[in-house]
Amino acid sequence: MLRQTTKRAFLGLASRNYTPFAVVSRLYHPNVIDHYDNPRNVGSFDKSDPNVGTGLVGAPQCGDVMKLQVKFDGSGQIIDAKFKTFGCSFLFCLFFLATEWVKGKSVEEVLTIKNSQIAKHLSLPPVKLHCSMLAEDAIKAGVKNYKEKQAEANGETVEA
Amino acid sequence: MASKVISATIRRTLTNPHGAFSRCRHLSTAAAATAVNYEDESILMKGVRISGRPLYLDMQATTPIDPRVFDAMNDSTIHEYGNPHSRTHMYGWEAENAVEVARIQVAKLIEASPKEIIFMSGATEANNTAVKGVMHFYRDTKKHVITTQTEHKCVLDSCRHLQQEGFEVTYLPVKTDGLVDLEMLKEAIRPDTGLVSIMAVNNEIGVVQPMEEIGRICKEHNVPFHTDAAQAIGKIPVDVKKWNVALMSMSAHKIYGPKGVGALYVRRRPRIRLEPLMNGGGQERGLRSGTGATQQIVGFGAACELAMKEMEYDEKWIKGLQERLLNGIREKLDGVVVNGSMDSRYVGNLNLSFAYVEGESLLMGLKEVAVSSGSACTSASLEPSYVLRALGVDEDMAHTSIRFGIGRFTTKEEIDKAVELTVKQVEKLREMSPLYEMVKEGIDIKNIQWSQH
Repeated sequence: MLRQTTKRAFLGLASRNYTPFAVVSRLYHPNVIDHYDNPRNVGSFDKSDPNVGTGLVGAPQCGDVMKLQVKFDGSGQIIDAKFKTFGCSFLFCLFFLATEWVKGKSVEEVLTIKNSQIAKHLSLPPVKLHCSMLAEDAIKAGVKNYKEKQAEANGETVEA
Repeated sequence: MASKVISATIRRTLTNPHGAFSRCRHLSTAAAATAVNYEDESILMKGVRISGRPLYLDMQATTPIDPRVFDAMNDSTIHEYGNPHSRTHMYGWEAENAVEVARIQVAKLIEASPKEIIFMSGATEANNTAVKGVMHFYRDTKKHVITTQTEHKCVLDSCRHLQQEGFEVTYLPVKTDGLVDLEMLKEAIRPDTGLVSIMAVNNEIGVVQPMEEIGRICKEHNVPFHTDAAQAIGKIPVDVKKWNVALMSMSAHKIYGPKGVGALYVRRRPRIRLEPLMNGGGQERGLRSGTGATQQIVGFGAACELAMKEMEYDEKWIKGLQERLLNGIREKLDGVVVNGSMDSRYVGNLNLSFAYVEGESLLMGLKEVAVSSGSACTSASLEPSYVLRALGVDEDMAHTSIRFGIGRFTTKEEIDKAVELTVKQVEKLREMSPLYEMVKEGIDIKNIQWSQH
């Protein structure tokens, strides 16, 4: 302990202490930074497409608004997903993960995704856990929207 | 024993090829080759390697120390190390002299008498002393305090503390431009009002309150007027007599001085009495006991003297840069709102809201610029800035604000770079924003029912 302090103080290195950067980078996991800088799966599908389910969750007043869109093939499997977000940098990461996880899954499998799984995967700090809830809600909203569209289409077919 | 440790350490460092700090380079080229992060002088900032350091545009948080202030402090630190309250020998007299010179320098800046300046550890301590000290002294007759909703946290928290003790506090709302409504202030004053506390320049939005009018109202009603002028001194002309101020808090590190020192102006004619927060040997007229930090005080004095000389020039320079920044951004982006009055504002503070883009994600993108934001995600409490909410800014816009602070040492190139980076990041984030998409499609965001948590 004494040796460490004398080494720094004697060589005048105490003033050039770079540990604050270590703190900042601890606050932002490298994954989070990467997803923010190189956003993937960002964009939109055509909302009126019957195979696309759109989930819009959050509120501008909370500083969190997310739109998640999932594209299904004819048999109820998700083939693609895209998102857009008004929110902090953690959300980019969260939603990238959410869009990656839903691809290739069926409707039932996707509804089993829990916010705790996403949070654990990203080592979210406790203050950001509410963001993972939004991810789970967005997935559910997207699937619900798709099901409603399907029910409408089927309803029309039956009536016709 | 200690000298053996030190010499062993030096020997080890000089021969150690894995020295991690850049200063070791001149000692060992092997160290330079193996020093991973610092061989090319670049630093890792938010995941990206950038050369040099970020542009500093956060002058309201603190300011870099002026080299001339540092010279004055340095000199004083080495030579004037006596206790300024030691009456019996030369060391004390020299230190006391240095403190008194600084006192005169601070007093000149605000057109006060040196006897009215009490040195403290900063504006926070000065605010606490003013608010609590005055009310505690007059506790038998005065029970009411008036302040605004946009005050600095230390004033608001002191008022909250007074409320717990049984005092009543009126938090005046502000208009949408950030200025206090003078009619509301007049109506709020009661016979038992002991203090009105309104800050001169707001730290977050930069608006300048109508100090002379407020001072006149307080004089008419015979109520002491306290102002937190930490962001005002050295930047706008301050005259305690014209403003009719009884108490004024000041801070050194907002005017290119050192951190850890500030002052409270306490009027002598007519006298304002207050109970000190720090009890002890009765230093600083009995209002702040404790040995003064001579070096810090000397630095504060030097900073005030420089500010007095350079105030006019600084204002011209900073105004030019502010216009450059605002026009540069507005030329390329729409949906940019300035928070707070543009007319009654300190030029070095520009608080902008960028519609449809969240503040924290914008800060993340502005890796090479050091600024701050009023958004929820940047605060520990996840609440957006209370100052912006008091202005009546829409809640979604409160999350989108960025505060640019321009100062004496900011250059044109820094402003141009900041404009370029901000525009780029805002455009990128708007492409990724569902709100922007909805607005482009013609949907009115205000009419949507959001599912909240």
